[in-house]
Amino acid sequence: MIVFEKPKALTDAPLHYCPGCTHGIIHRLVAEAIDELGIAGETIGVASVGCSVFSYNYFNCDMVQAAHGRAPAVATGVKRSDPSKVVFTYQGDGDLAAIGTAETVHAAARRENITVIFVNNAIYGMTGGQMAPTTLPGQVTQTSPYGRDVTRVGYPVKVCELLAGTDGAAYLERVAVNNVQNVKKAKKAILKAFKNQIEGKGFSLIEVISTCPTNWGMAPDKALAWAEENMIPYYPLGVYKDITADEEAK
Amino acid sequence: MADKVLMKGNEALAEAAMMAGCRHYFGYPITPQTEVAAYMAKRMPQIDGVFLQAESEIAAINMVIGVASTGKRVMTSSSSPGISLKSEGLSYLAGCDLPALVVNVQRGGPGLGGIQPSQSDYFHATRGAGHGDFHMIVLAPDSVQEMVSLTFKGFDLADQYRMTTMILADGTMGQMMEPVSLDMGEVKKVDKPWALTGTKGERKPNIVNSLFLKPEELEQFNLDRYARYKVVEENEVMYEEYCMDDAEYCIVAFGVAARVSKNAIDEARARGVKVGMIRPITLWPFPKAVLKAAAAKVKAFISVELSMGQMIEDVQLATECARPVLLCNRVGGMIPTTKNVLDAIDEAVKAGGAKA
Repeated sequence: MIVFEKPKALTDAPLHYCPGCTHGIIHRLVAEAIDELGIAGETIGVASVGCSVFSYNYFNCDMVQAAHGRAPAVATGVKRSDPSKVVFTYQGDGDLAAIGTAETVHAAARRENITVIFVNNAIYGMTGGQMAPTTLPGQVTQTSPYGRDVTRVGYPVKVCELLAGTDGAAYLERVAVNNVQNVKKAKKAILKAFKNQIEGKGFSLIEVISTCPTNWGMAPDKALAWAEENMIPYYPLGVYKDITADEEAK
Repeated sequence: MADKVLMKGNEALAEAAMMAGCRHYFGYPITPQTEVAAYMAKRMPQIDGVFLQAESEIAAINMVIGVASTGKRVMTSSSSPGISLKSEGLSYLAGCDLPALVVNVQRGGPGLGGIQPSQSDYFHATRGAGHGDFHMIVLAPDSVQEMVSLTFKGFDLADQYRMTTMILADGTMGQMMEPVSLDMGEVKKVDKPWALTGTKGERKPNIVNSLFLKPEELEQFNLDRYARYKVVEENEVMYEEYCMDDAEYCIVAFGVAARVSKNAIDEARARGVKVGMIRPITLWPFPKAVLKAAAAKVKAFISVELSMGQMIEDVQLATECARPVLLCNRVGGMIPTTKNVLDAIDEAVKAGGAKA
């Protein structure tokens, strides 16, 4: 009896992520959703720039690697070229909420029928730990060495709250992967975000509160605890918009 | 449809793109190319195509990348300031070896510049369209008819060589109206086994990507790309010669500058001065060989441009500075007049081919 196996939507390439990084969990959840829906052969993924830049090596489907922040625009082109394909982006916070803000907001506003997996770990990981648009007030990073001073550099961007203000966004949920219960909820949300696309519901974005043990300077268990104590209170989990629930309520 | 119809350059170009099988257009409003978008907005829905007004030129070129990665013909258009924004995408298109058609209906610059015709994006198009080593095939129409024929051909070239073709028009070409034939013949089909079409569980995933962290690997991709560029340089050079048989002076000009120059040549010849013209149609690859051959026959060259002198460097390189190359130019949205060109011809004759 097989109790545990690797999803078929993941390749055999060894992940390059740091020990304790939650990208591995999130990759797996995306791959499980693809497997469960049986759509790997019809899926086209869009990799972004940041730690997940190599995701094209890990997802077992056709992939295109986009410039920094441009994944929602590239995904728009892919989806408009062949609406029968399932198109997803996999982006970090610097990519999606700083350099790619315009592409994100307008893909949502257009109700572009794509699925966006947004990994928020409050830091630029790939370049070595700089302040991100989602870095918490007071958080120390390489470019906020005295802690993020909101009087000088302003406040973090809350993506789900921001996008909930667009009429276009169909489904926005913030989840976390810091414990088993939250991983299960994250799985459900990601699956729904893909299902929505197949059913033509439009723009679905799942924000996943993640960790960066390396650049936070913490052991993996401490990082998970820090995420729970600091990130989740600032970025409350839950559904921010769901037109499918509204439809069901009617 | 052999009959000619009267069309504006921008609209004729848009129609030609659709005839070439382009069913996806992404754009952003900017003068003097907005008619391309407006025409696409009207026509695309009638032929089950996609017209989408993007939130920026950056988004538009990335949407182009998305469609191109699926193997379908796709285009965007803009004018100079918008083309600067597309530069990032042009580099990624090259790095991913994706075919696409990009139109630049140039206006005066730098900065916001003006909205009148210019050719001052010559360097951008032929040298520095973005970061990294790469070229685009750059086509320069001098009539509404060529806005059509070069667009049609541009898609074929892009597919054949997996490159971006840029139509480098100037505001005049976009805005003027001329009778034009839309009879373009067959659309070339090119196999694209690299395209993202979904594996259907029948093949390994295709990956469209420009990231190669191993320097040996990245070097090899660059070498392979440039080997392909060499084939383009050998096979795809296009130019027109005008009155060159007995010419003692050779004008080099493209786009609207070439049209003004033809008038000047006719007037100069009426006065007995033997002037001719080589009009590059491909700005990259540049028609080096014909210019080098001309250098053995003529006394001097005159580069007529709507820039501070950009193509002149290619003329000097192609002729290895064997003859003097004079510059006749207007900028900022001004177009050289026939008199400007005639004055330059007089200057060349006075110098008698002596190097300044």
